Amino acid sequence: MEEKEENKYSIIVPTYNERLNIALIVYLIFKHLQNVNFEIIVVDDGSPDGTQEIVKQLQQAYGEACILLRPRPKKLGLGTAYMHGLKHATGNFVVIMDADLSHHPKYLPSFIKKQRETGASIVTGTRYVKGGGVHGWNLMRKLTSRGANVLAQTLLWPGVSDLTGSFRLYKKSVLEDVISSCVSKGYVFQMEMIVRASRKGYHIEEVPITFVDRVYGSSKLGGSEIVEYLKGLVYLLVTT
Amino acid sequence: MKHIVKITALLVALSAFWISLLQTSVLPETQTWLLPLYFIVSLGCYGLLMVGVGLMLFPTCPHEAILLQEDIAEAKGFLKGKGVDVGSD
Repeated sequence: MEEKEENKYSIIVPTYNERLNIALIVYLIFKHLQNVNFEIIVVDDGSPDGTQEIVKQLQQAYGEACILLRPRPKKLGLGTAYMHGLKHATGNFVVIMDADLSHHPKYLPSFIKKQRETGASIVTGTRYVKGGGVHGWNLMRKLTSRGANVLAQTLLWPGVSDLTGSFRLYKKSVLEDVISSCVSKGYVFQMEMIVRASRKGYHIEEVPITFVDRVYGSSKLGGSEIVEYLKGLVYLLVTT
Repeated sequence: MKHIVKITALLVALSAFWISLLQTSVLPETQTWLLPLYFIVSLGCYGLLMVGVGLMLFPTCPHEAILLQEDIAEAKGFLKGKGVDVGSD
């Protein structure tokens, strides 16, 4: 039976104080996804810098059907932001990505292509393979990243090379299934998602992506990440 | 099977192997007692090696930063024309 399936991609972008970046990201998504049926779901956590105003201007420019603004009153965390966006997603595929331009929309076609070629349930972007890479990281940052990765690989055998990456394409049903069983916060949440998906036996593929560290705005990383990371690793070791 | 069960099973198997070595005295006893230490040290060295090699071969992409700046300029130009406020924050 020949069935021409119309795929629709819901791109969930959580934002907090991304007034300039959200406009740039939307432009780049439209530039690189011509001839693709998609929608952008902006989940803004009550940004004081007027991010939502900019999104409304973008809706005027691009149309309200393609850009959905689904805000929340205040910062409520990344995991719940995805769940919130998911409720409003009408596509059969969901992409999650950061709004700070560290994830470049030009890789979206390669995610889509990889999924089509392999029928994978999840396609995750990896910075750590040939063809991928990072820019703007000093030696200390690279060291902690590499050390964290080796530790996670040794303990968890996750089956993916980049555990903390958050540039991913999911089949909508798969995301709904995995997200319901995750309880962590922050980037440990990203790790938990991919490890749980791996344990559940979902077909996961990787594509190389480049990651240019934040250009505009302030990074939301800070504080005792190492402790949080180790706690997260032990939690995943024991519960997955 | 949960991952921790796999890891525990592996450790149990290794321990059983080690105890059997102690019992059957295939190696001199002093050597056998040190085997777990050798194992842990080797694991640690392997880990450090992986970190070092990974650090040396860490893929970087300085040209991407330049391309990104070009994209940003292009985006700002287009969006200004469409009435979107792209003043810097």
